[in-house]
Amino acid sequence: MIWIIGLGGALGAGARYLLGNMINRGIHMLHPFPVGTWIINITGSFLLGIIAHFYLTNQISDWLWYFSGVGFCGAYTTFSTFGNETINLILTKKIKLAAIYVLTSILIGFISAAIGLVILK
Amino acid sequence: MNTLFVMIGGFFGAISRYALGEWVYTNNGFPLGTLLINFIGCFLLGWFLTFVGQKNNISTNTTLFIGTGFIGSFTTFSTFSAETIALLQQGLFMLGLLYVLASIILGLLLSYLGYKLALKEGDVT
Repeated sequence: MIWIIGLGGALGAGARYLLGNMINRGIHMLHPFPVGTWIINITGSFLLGIIAHFYLTNQISDWLWYFSGVGFCGAYTTFSTFGNETINLILTKKIKLAAIYVLTSILIGFISAAIGLVILK
Repeated sequence: MNTLFVMIGGFFGAISRYALGEWVYTNNGFPLGTLLINFIGCFLLGWFLTFVGQKNNISTNTTLFIGTGFIGSFTTFSTFSAETIALLQQGLFMLGLLYVLASIILGLLLSYLGYKLALKEGDVT
């Protein structure tokens, strides 16, 4: 079980790193808005909502839940980087951007998670 | 090669999250485990990245392993989102609001405290 979570976590972290680099290289006109983490946390919330729906309705096995939900989605998304990026925006006096980052991450992230958990249900 | 360091960190970060989450499991529905995990991670990352920024002898791979890999995977945003929706679905609106506000306000505060602590240590040495 632990190994399955670790494996999912390794893949999730790798995906976050590679995708984050790709997004930040591609969309630098939005700088300093942390668009990489923003997209990652929203897409990860969406994915976890869908996977949780299948798990809660017994359509996928325990190990697949631990691998993709707990391991992959958990590690793919990140709260610590989100927090630190917000603090960096605040410290560089970009208060409005920090507020937009926090509010849109939460609102769109929650709606994305709700698609799987509420609407599929 | 860089990605491998992130992945090894992510392996241990995800396992630590699961282990700690199981350990602080509550049966009143409040996601205390994820809350504590995100608090700890915010503080650690704030401290670590500031610490690394002040030293020039720490390798990129160390930063990727500990910061991006381990701490990044230890904390989670997707579980935070899903748990909030689950609380709202059960009609536990106050608990949901409390969870979101505590995560954001205290999480940001702890990121800042980590940053401040590393700056202070930097002054001393």
